[in-house]
Amino acid sequence: MPQQMSQSTDRYPINPQLLAFSYARDSAAQSGCSVLDAAFERYFNLIFPDFVGGTGLSNIWSEPKPFTVSVKVKNGECDGFPDEGSNESYNLSVSAGQAVLKAESVWGALRGLESFSQLVYQDDYNLYFVNKTEIEDFPRFQFRGLLLDTSRHYLPMPAILKTLDAMAYSKFNVFHWHIVDDPSFPYQSRNYPDLSSKGAFHPMTHIYTQSDVKRVIYHARLRGIRVVPEFDSPGHTQSWGKGQPDLLTSCYKGKVPSGTFGPVNPTLSSTYQFLNGLFKEVTSVFPDSYLHLGGDEVDFTCWRSNPNVQAFMAKMGFGSDYTKLESYYMENIVNITAALNKTSIVWQDVFDYRERIPMDTVLEIWKGVPADYRAELGRITLAGYRVLLSAPWYINHISYGQDWRNAYTVQPQNFSGTEQQKKLVIGGEVCMWGEYVDATNLTPRLWPRASAAAERLWSDEEKTSSVDKAFPRLEDFRCTLIRRGIQAEPLFVGHCKHEYSGL
Amino acid sequence: RLATLKVNVWTLLLTVTVCDGWLFDGFAARRHSESDEVALWPLPQKFQTSVDAFRLSSASFQIVHAKESTAGPSCSLLQNAFRRYYSYIFGNGRKHGKNLENVFDADLAELQVQITSADPECDGYPSLKSDESYQLEVNQPTAVLKAASVWGALRGLETFSQLVYEDDYGGQNINKTSISDFPRFAHRGILLDSSRHYLPLKVILANLEAMAMNKFNVFHWHIVDDQSFPFQSRTFPDLSHKGAYHPYTHVYTPADVKMVIEFARMRGIRVLAEFDSPGHTFSWGKGQTGLLTPCFSGSSPSGTFGPVNPILNSTYDFMTRFFKEVSTVFPDAYIHLGGDEVDFSCWKSNPDIQKFMDQQGFGQDYRKLESYYIQRLLDIVSTTNKGYMVWQEVFDNGVKLKGDTVVEVWMNNNVDKELQNVTGSGFTAILSAPWYLDYISYGQDWKKYYTVEPLNFEGTAEQKKLVIGGEACLWGEYVDATNLTPRLWPRASAVGERLWSDENVKDVGSAYDRLVKHRCRMVRRGIPAEPLYIGFCPHEYSGN
Repeated sequence: MPQQMSQSTDRYPINPQLLAFSYARDSAAQSGCSVLDAAFERYFNLIFPDFVGGTGLSNIWSEPKPFTVSVKVKNGECDGFPDEGSNESYNLSVSAGQAVLKAESVWGALRGLESFSQLVYQDDYNLYFVNKTEIEDFPRFQFRGLLLDTSRHYLPMPAILKTLDAMAYSKFNVFHWHIVDDPSFPYQSRNYPDLSSKGAFHPMTHIYTQSDVKRVIYHARLRGIRVVPEFDSPGHTQSWGKGQPDLLTSCYKGKVPSGTFGPVNPTLSSTYQFLNGLFKEVTSVFPDSYLHLGGDEVDFTCWRSNPNVQAFMAKMGFGSDYTKLESYYMENIVNITAALNKTSIVWQDVFDYRERIPMDTVLEIWKGVPADYRAELGRITLAGYRVLLSAPWYINHISYGQDWRNAYTVQPQNFSGTEQQKKLVIGGEVCMWGEYVDATNLTPRLWPRASAAAERLWSDEEKTSSVDKAFPRLEDFRCTLIRRGIQAEPLFVGHCKHEYSGL
Repeated sequence: RLATLKVNVWTLLLTVTVCDGWLFDGFAARRHSESDEVALWPLPQKFQTSVDAFRLSSASFQIVHAKESTAGPSCSLLQNAFRRYYSYIFGNGRKHGKNLENVFDADLAELQVQITSADPECDGYPSLKSDESYQLEVNQPTAVLKAASVWGALRGLETFSQLVYEDDYGGQNINKTSISDFPRFAHRGILLDSSRHYLPLKVILANLEAMAMNKFNVFHWHIVDDQSFPFQSRTFPDLSHKGAYHPYTHVYTPADVKMVIEFARMRGIRVLAEFDSPGHTFSWGKGQTGLLTPCFSGSSPSGTFGPVNPILNSTYDFMTRFFKEVSTVFPDAYIHLGGDEVDFSCWKSNPDIQKFMDQQGFGQDYRKLESYYIQRLLDIVSTTNKGYMVWQEVFDNGVKLKGDTVVEVWMNNNVDKELQNVTGSGFTAILSAPWYLDYISYGQDWKKYYTVEPLNFEGTAEQKKLVIGGEACLWGEYVDATNLTPRLWPRASAVGERLWSDENVKDVGSAYDRLVKHRCRMVRRGIPAEPLYIGFCPHEYSGN
């Protein structure tokens, strides 16, 4: 739901033959602007899903009139990547025969085109119309992310690209790619090819090559979506150990190594050399200014069992406080990232070592019920850190019924704190962890449930406070998604005019 | 019992080999053993296998009718099945390993299928009494599948195809094996609900395929309900014309229904149609004026409608004609008449109904009125020579039922007591209460479905025999073509094994290992069956 919108019942016909997208004369972006040229083509097909060329029936009924969508962008950014500073605001004015879309940047123009495409509808005779409309729109939160987990199950490229398409339809702007974890390491590294050749489920079929990664970033860019990769450590790294000997801590049983491995070994300088090399590569591959470093759920038992780690603890004066060791490790890798001019995102666990991490680090809140995450939001923003909220949006957790309502009614800034603190909430993320999800069930599990969170992150909270009012809109929207080839599951009983025709 | 012992030894062996390297171990480190790739689901009753392996050449391997078979090339059901299973084994247009140098001693040249009964039932329909047992001997140079009828042969072909595994060179192999198999329960059903959401034909057909892969044999088609009436009736075309979500795009034409029935028949699956009444009939009222009870608000009609109006003769005239048609459209010997969840408030509000209650001496007991309706309906259906199935309330309310009535137990409280009562009264029962698969939750809920023991109620051996099977129900409130298939599979597979295999096949750990592979097999065959847990399939689902 846009921030400001007024509509009248005056409607204007649109003939697919005579719809033209054009750049306004005084637009900074002109023909040849890769982002918008591609978007025009895309949105033409999205607006007219059954257009196959040739003359429609439409001109039997009325004199066909041309309709122009004129786009004016103040600053180009046609060849850039969306990033944290990107301006996504736009104004859209629809009147007889034309729509005028004005935006600061191409990223805002993309959001406006999406809104325009949602304004166009078909009547009972399948003729297309759009009503007289004025929209002034901008996102409530700058960071509106969706996490996919490609380690617990490998997600083939079409599944990822399709998710990016659907994200754009819900105005998400960050793809948080939880690309590796304990079970597998599908990222094919240029510098450390063994990581995937030994750590992926299969070295040839279950990996993302450099060109796959490029393709994802490219596909995302054209839709105004940032790609923030996560290389989670020091925990969640079992798969790393297969292709990088000595990276992981060797666990001990009594005085002898047990043959199993724990988190990354934080005591060795070789560890940091490796991570420096890996992150250097990763930051050159992924253009976004953010890098997610993980830092969650570190199990200390293996570290405790290892005599070398114990010796290091003694040497550093950490006593038996292993959180200090973790914090030492996190400080080191955050510094590596900072030296590469990237901003770090870490899971909230890392906040407990805040004295050691730079103030521009973003903390992602993932734990707990509303009472807990509200307390965390208050606590972390009070310390002056920026936060991302994902705790209420773990939509891999499924249940019977309309759980989208829970995702919708989240109030990300409803915690005790100053106005300043509330501004430190830069957004949120929907997380689809992969324990029970792969290409067979990802899409219907994501959509339209994620769309509920997307509205919370984009729209004005007061104007969208009613779940019941959202219900019919979301029902319509899910049929729109189906029409666009996204197999979004139903909210409740009912039907779509055009049902999903796949399996 | 020797049979059981064999099963247990085998599953143990399977567990050991399978655990080694399926989930987390690196591919390169993975040790290959012949039985590594084999994961039978559901597990056969008795079988033995050895390490002797034979190769199957896609160029020369054939599935043929045995000379002694009572079926031959004119049996199109088997001809189609042969082709289908050949494709499952070798893939469609996949490259074949026929140029590989000899790895094994010998090829398996053919599978001979021998039907032993005088009537192979090639052109018949499967029924509750169909014999689905089969014997399978895999040995060089010929494997032999013996079954009394085509229905057993279909089950055996599925098992044979599951025995074939791919080696690292992409070649297809099978081990020397001997299997004797039969189902534990005769009724193994899946309920799909095409009223809450319309299910395109393609989805229904794909799920019939998946059912065959899991040896299910009944498609319980909950075809109409309150929300929509997609069944296109010849006698009463207005039912779907006015009662479907859309009169053309959201209906099942007679040709569609025929196709479903034939597609199911080819896979040994019965199509059991449910026309639920007197409740759950809101959509019926749109195309059949006067059928539903007008509800009253005070002394005037409120404009809303309740269950079927049980006091009018026109109601029974309609039902007579309607079920006459239904009984000819659906060849199965049974029709499901529903009879569940009747809300009495509308009946209570209606003065004519009250008057009728008085006349009949029902007092204020509306269950008696419901029974009155059901009784008359059952009599109508009896004249069509069909047997009927009903939801448990019909039995609970004391309606007089024919001896061959099947009572479906669906309420999840006091299941054991209900089974005890139903079978104690001499009726056959079907269990679906623990298998409402539309209720989803986070995690591996298939284990819950798997560990159900249907005969765990108190009763005589005679009573236990009256439990003829069960059904996994996927009600449609939150399910349509977008999410049906991954939501149903492989969760329903857990039910499939419970209903087919010996009751001692209940180890969840070994089931997990087999089911992980079975789900990958379904994925490879084009069914988007969702994962059980972390891991991968050699061939992932590649989308739509």
